[in-house]
Amino acid sequence: MRYRVQTGQGGSWIVALAALVIVVVFAALPFFGSRSLMQDLFFVFTMLTLAQFWNLLAGYGGLVSVGQQMFVGAGAYGVFAAAILWGINPVAGLAVSAVAALVLALVSAVFVFRLNDAYFAIGTWVVAEVARLSFAQWKAVGGGTGTSLPREARRNMWGADWVEQVTGLRAAAAMDVVSYWLALALVVATIGGIYWLMRRKTGLALAAMRDNPQAAASAGLNAGRIKLAVYVISAVGAGIAGGLIFMQNGRVSPDSAFSVIDWTAYVIFIVVIGGIGTIEGPIIGVIVFFLLQSLLADLGSWYLMVLGLLGILIMLFAPRGLWGLISGRTGFALFPIQRRLFIEERED
Amino acid sequence: MADAGTLLSLEGVTKRFGSLVVADAVTLDLPRGQALGIIGPNGAGKSTLLNLIAGNLMPDQGLIRLNGRDITGTSLTQRCRMGMGRAFQIPQTFSRLTVFETLLVAASQGRGISESEAAGDCVSILERTGLLDRANQVSGSLNLLQRKRLELARALATGPDLLLLDEIAGGLTEAECASLVGTIRSLHAGGTTIVWIEHVLHALNSVVERLIVLDFGRVIQDGAPDAVMASREVQEIYLGIEA
Repeated sequence: MRYRVQTGQGGSWIVALAALVIVVVFAALPFFGSRSLMQDLFFVFTMLTLAQFWNLLAGYGGLVSVGQQMFVGAGAYGVFAAAILWGINPVAGLAVSAVAALVLALVSAVFVFRLNDAYFAIGTWVVAEVARLSFAQWKAVGGGTGTSLPREARRNMWGADWVEQVTGLRAAAAMDVVSYWLALALVVATIGGIYWLMRRKTGLALAAMRDNPQAAASAGLNAGRIKLAVYVISAVGAGIAGGLIFMQNGRVSPDSAFSVIDWTAYVIFIVVIGGIGTIEGPIIGVIVFFLLQSLLADLGSWYLMVLGLLGILIMLFAPRGLWGLISGRTGFALFPIQRRLFIEERED
Repeated sequence: MADAGTLLSLEGVTKRFGSLVVADAVTLDLPRGQALGIIGPNGAGKSTLLNLIAGNLMPDQGLIRLNGRDITGTSLTQRCRMGMGRAFQIPQTFSRLTVFETLLVAASQGRGISESEAAGDCVSILERTGLLDRANQVSGSLNLLQRKRLELARALATGPDLLLLDEIAGGLTEAECASLVGTIRSLHAGGTTIVWIEHVLHALNSVVERLIVLDFGRVIQDGAPDAVMASREVQEIYLGIEA
């Protein structure tokens, strides 16, 4: 019997071309867009990065963590400690962010991987709180009140000089441009990397684990090893995003860097309303989240109540999120990963 | 004739849940190529025994060997990779994966090969289990018979020496059952060793050449299906017929 296996669907190249155009337009934005638009997009890109990693962790790995803020915080302090203590350029400091998150992930895994389901969720939160309290004791980086990125470090940020010369922007705006480009590169690498992973054998294993852990184990999947890998990758991703967010912010404190609301609750909201267990879901989710935040931010606590209500409604009536509604009706995928079998010639 | 060597052996396998003994010093040898049926009243310990063999449960005492190798302390995943394929009583589908993808993941993970290496075998298993026309259908949308077939196909995709079937004929209509049994019979004729727990006795007895009866975790009968079914002990305990 002759057969062919194809991943993807008709029209994939149109989506790929559109994605390329969008990325090029975003990359060129500093040359024609306003600074506030860039700051908004910086927020969207970094939240989308966090959402993609949380989705990888919870949506595919089944590890519902409420402690991702630990890695954001570790990443943030990685950049600040590198700049303040060792005089490392903040852009290079992002590597320190990644290492800090990696170390914390490996250490925390020893504790949280002894727990399952709701206990895992609570365990990750507790460990993140311990990390927040521990960083608050670190006097060299401001202790409980936090600290600012030294003016020298900001001024010497790699690439800022070049941006100043090319665009004629002032130093502060040029630093925003560098941060913006880094955020764009990070989100493109994150989505591209996760898409690459999902098209590989490990990606299919992750999708199987998402759908049925018991059947996955009896099909020979080493769930423990895959889950640990996903936990570590998601931690490092969140760490780099955290480093970038606070590098752009210029100021860090334990409460802001380890905020469960900002770096985990909002991220969960984005993934849940967009569609958990898909790459497209967090993209839809972050757009909805940004629009809601722009429209309702002045309403104070009402804003949080509206977010909560919307989250509950989506969970009740569209458990696979907004993207689940779209793909369920149309069968369309922006990031096709389905392997389709075509029989070209049957034997009699 | 298949190799006469022993594929699976259990030596004094015992499992207790509190004071309840659910597997009581079970000892048996399963020659390669044999189809073994396990019957017994509800609560006799059939599913527990299958779980002990598959690695879902660990015995309190006793040894389990596969191909002469002690596998007592190994996990479900390790046993799958050593050559055990299991079909569950309630179909366990990967709801968002297609039928073909389900087999791909089982073949590539269970046998440690690439997707492209696995694809050819998956196509052949789809054909043997009657699922080729459903290859690109999402598993969550299959009917019960198709899900049962997929259970069987997924277990086969891992390349098992030993196929464990847990009440796979349960819940099917007569016609569906006959169709599925036909598939299992042809697999067995091809040399697959089978351990099959079943309540649908006519389905089981049309395939297996050996039957054991469990009661309170003990093996009370072991032999050819006709002889076992005719024994007074089985008629009394299992079928509830007073002798």
